[in-house]
Amino acid sequence: MERQVQRLRQAFRSGRSRPLRFRMQQLEALKRMVQEREKDILSAIAADLSKSELNAYSHEVITILGEIDFMLANLPELASAKPAKKNLLTMLDEAYVQPEPLGVVLIIGAWNYPFVLIMQPLVGAIAAGNAAIVKPSELSENTAKILAKLLPQYLDQDLYSVVNGGVSETTELLKQRFDHILYTGNTAVGKIVMEAAAKHLTPVTLELGGKSPCYIDRDCDLDIACRRITWGKYMNCGQTCIAPDYVLCEASLQDRIVQKIKETVKDFYGENIKESPDYERIINLRHFKRLQSLLEGQKIAFGGETDEVTRYIAPTILTDVDPNSKVMQEEIFGPILPIVSVKNVDEAINFINDREKPLALYIFSHNNKLIKRVIDETSSGGVTGNDVIMHFTVNSLPFGGVGASGMGAYHGKYSFDTFSHQRPCLLKGLKGESVNKLRYPPNSQSKIGWAKFFLLKQFSRGGLVMLMVACLAVAAAMIVKKYQALPRGNALLASLAVHRLRWSSKHS
Amino acid sequence: MDSFEDTLRQLREAFNTGRTRPAEFRAAQLQGLGRFLRDNKQQLQEALAQDLHKSTFESEVSEIAISQAEVDLALRNLRSWMKDEKVSKNLATQLDSAFIRKEPFGLVLIIVPWNYPLNLTLVPLVGAIAAGNCVVLKPSETSKAIEKILAEVLPRYLDQSCFAVVLGGPQETGQLLEHRFDYIFYTGNAYVGKIVMAAAAKHLTPITLELGGKNPCYVDDNCNAQIVANRVAWFRYFNAGQTCVAPDYILCSQEMQEQLVPALQNAITRFYGDNPQTSPNLGRIINQKHFKRLQGLLGCGRVAIGGQSDESDLYIAPTVLVDVQETEPVMQEEIFGPILPVVTVKNLDEAIDFINRREKPLSLYAFSKRSQVIKQVLARTSSGGFCGNDGFMHMTLSSLPFGGVGSSGMGRYHGKFSFDTFSNQRACLLRSPGMEKINDLRYPPYSRRNLRLLLVAMEERSCSCTLL
Repeated sequence: MERQVQRLRQAFRSGRSRPLRFRMQQLEALKRMVQEREKDILSAIAADLSKSELNAYSHEVITILGEIDFMLANLPELASAKPAKKNLLTMLDEAYVQPEPLGVVLIIGAWNYPFVLIMQPLVGAIAAGNAAIVKPSELSENTAKILAKLLPQYLDQDLYSVVNGGVSETTELLKQRFDHILYTGNTAVGKIVMEAAAKHLTPVTLELGGKSPCYIDRDCDLDIACRRITWGKYMNCGQTCIAPDYVLCEASLQDRIVQKIKETVKDFYGENIKESPDYERIINLRHFKRLQSLLEGQKIAFGGETDEVTRYIAPTILTDVDPNSKVMQEEIFGPILPIVSVKNVDEAINFINDREKPLALYIFSHNNKLIKRVIDETSSGGVTGNDVIMHFTVNSLPFGGVGASGMGAYHGKYSFDTFSHQRPCLLKGLKGESVNKLRYPPNSQSKIGWAKFFLLKQFSRGGLVMLMVACLAVAAAMIVKKYQALPRGNALLASLAVHRLRWSSKHS
Repeated sequence: MDSFEDTLRQLREAFNTGRTRPAEFRAAQLQGLGRFLRDNKQQLQEALAQDLHKSTFESEVSEIAISQAEVDLALRNLRSWMKDEKVSKNLATQLDSAFIRKEPFGLVLIIVPWNYPLNLTLVPLVGAIAAGNCVVLKPSETSKAIEKILAEVLPRYLDQSCFAVVLGGPQETGQLLEHRFDYIFYTGNAYVGKIVMAAAAKHLTPITLELGGKNPCYVDDNCNAQIVANRVAWFRYFNAGQTCVAPDYILCSQEMQEQLVPALQNAITRFYGDNPQTSPNLGRIINQKHFKRLQGLLGCGRVAIGGQSDESDLYIAPTVLVDVQETEPVMQEEIFGPILPVVTVKNLDEAIDFINRREKPLSLYAFSKRSQVIKQVLARTSSGGFCGNDGFMHMTLSSLPFGGVGSSGMGRYHGKFSFDTFSNQRACLLRSPGMEKINDLRYPPYSRRNLRLLLVAMEERSCSCTLL
């Protein structure tokens, strides 16, 4: 493992991954891979999650194609130096922030969207000019295998590599030194990743989870709300980090909500849900059993059927759920929707705030003020109002958690930034030393005044005009006469002295 | 449990009441910080002189004025920084409201070192308060005079239900770190940085680590040696070298060294006189431990300038060492003192290799008449920040982010970057209940036809990505 990381580091050090053209070639190769090998990719995802290939395409592949196109279109702008505002002392200098690659990054994926959660970060890492190791989840075996097979066929094998394996391989990998680690998964392992990263002072992005609350106000379009919630909750059989985990609403709404979701489920998946090609299965037996245990002792208003052989769990709704019961203690990550009654929005807000900050938060209401209030008085990674999931799809919005739901963010420009070091650069010349003399010892009170003026003066329009006039005068003098250090310095100082007197009168 | 538990609980409760959120509250706190600096300027200067023998010039310029400037900048920009940041939308969300909400994290811990004890307290504090957090401040126990003022005087200027100062040494800090914070901002060394990050990992607390390293200073041939010497000397011996962004060592050719050394002597004499120990403009080493450490480094290479030391005064003369080997102790650790080793290299390539063999530094300096040389150094190395043809001037521009990379740190701050560092960037999408017909395309039963329609619609507007 160490040798593999070393190899990538050597390749990175050669500088090959830095030119924009190279990065774009790699991204185009990825795009070709996704398009040419679509069938293989889709059947791998479909096999892992019992998902139809159509769904695999719309859930995962589309996102990646979109992300690659975004990077290809925006890379020159993203990678360019951004000029920074200057103060007087640096007026004639170049000041900018230059994005640079970090080096060798590690991307650890999760099993629920096994393709997207490796590829989307990878696109960002490549765009930012890094070398990368990806470690797909071993639980989504087929996708892990296909990534290991395809990525080396399309990407530069010295800079990008796939490592597969279980806990022991991942542990070994985490002992190595990386320049950034992006991990998608659960809280417990998130802590382990950060602890391992601490040994090397490696910055991390942790995309974790939590229980994403969904508050349904009595003043909302209940039909639409239930339709949207049904879609977001049961997609991928509930195995989505930003699925609405549980519903909070007034008791009087419960029955109607159950009814409407029941109807929607029928619309979406038909009478015999098991036969619907659009309804997935639980990833493995362990999670199946875990979810089954969450149903114990609960009031099942709808659904609840399970079949161990196919790891099928029906779309299920629980009502009158006790906040202290097991189903309300952990992220569900399955097709079970508890409804917890609250008296009003105040209670809902308190309920949410008594718990860990979630990855996503949802509010359904016609009342925009109420939505704003819930946002103002709670915290979460992201929010969608009057819908679910959708904030994920806007790639001008950063996607990430806060508190126990994670740290850092990515998607689009944020991926690029996550995998870059934004390096501030100030380029001065070797001339102009007379001005510098103000800062050198031996010091005096007047020097202090000057130093403060130069360092701290904020630029106002009037000041800019004055300085430009002074500079023009100096430039004119320079053109007419040969360069002479002394007069030039004095002229500049004189104009600045006047300017400073005006500034000093405001700041003592 | 321990003495911190109550304090932290109270601060958290205060945060949960929403007290720190309104702009008026934050502005009032920031104004309090401004008054603290103005009312206590004299005492602060005296304390800095006591702790580090800082001259009035250095105190004013590198501690008080910089802190004041950050307070003023935050006050001027607070409301605009706090505003929701609107973002561009894709086709599916055209009629919706999409923005990034900046929110406080909650309870923030700021751990401060001893070398710029006022600056490195106030600048992060301004950011944390402006962003609406409650703050626990842990000043350095090593800069005792400032620690006292921060503990006894500063709280009077702030709302004490939302701000607390916690005192102690490594043991107390370790205990403090066992508690849960919502953000930790640490300035110091890499060794403790790792401990802070490991502690933060237990609670999944995001962090900023402002660490250090050996900041290389490459000097090209054909430079005006005196100008280079002036600049390098000033930044090296400022605060007796106890600056995380000071040029740590010089890389240059043998010929350049021969010009630089006399020029450095010239600069040192001009700045500090013939007997620098009597100059009011030169600082002292913070304590015995560091003094002894630095004294040990004086034996490396050959002393070309300075080399004197006086334990009773914690004084070390502005020193230049030559004939230094890469393996010697002075090239193994961050010097953090008024000692400047010169390492000779044959050419630019050798210098760049030398730099890249080592950990990424916090700052990197290159002096050259030729801009291609500067650009080459920039392109072929990495560092937290970079300044061409000067010392740490890039730090004085609050429009530039300040932070490290690799073992010199993670995260950044100053100006607006401070505000962003202490804020959670919360992605918000507010949709209308309408437009359900379009949403219908995303619902099961999935069909190729619906998918095709969606894709066609997206292609026309070159929509970036979707999960429909």
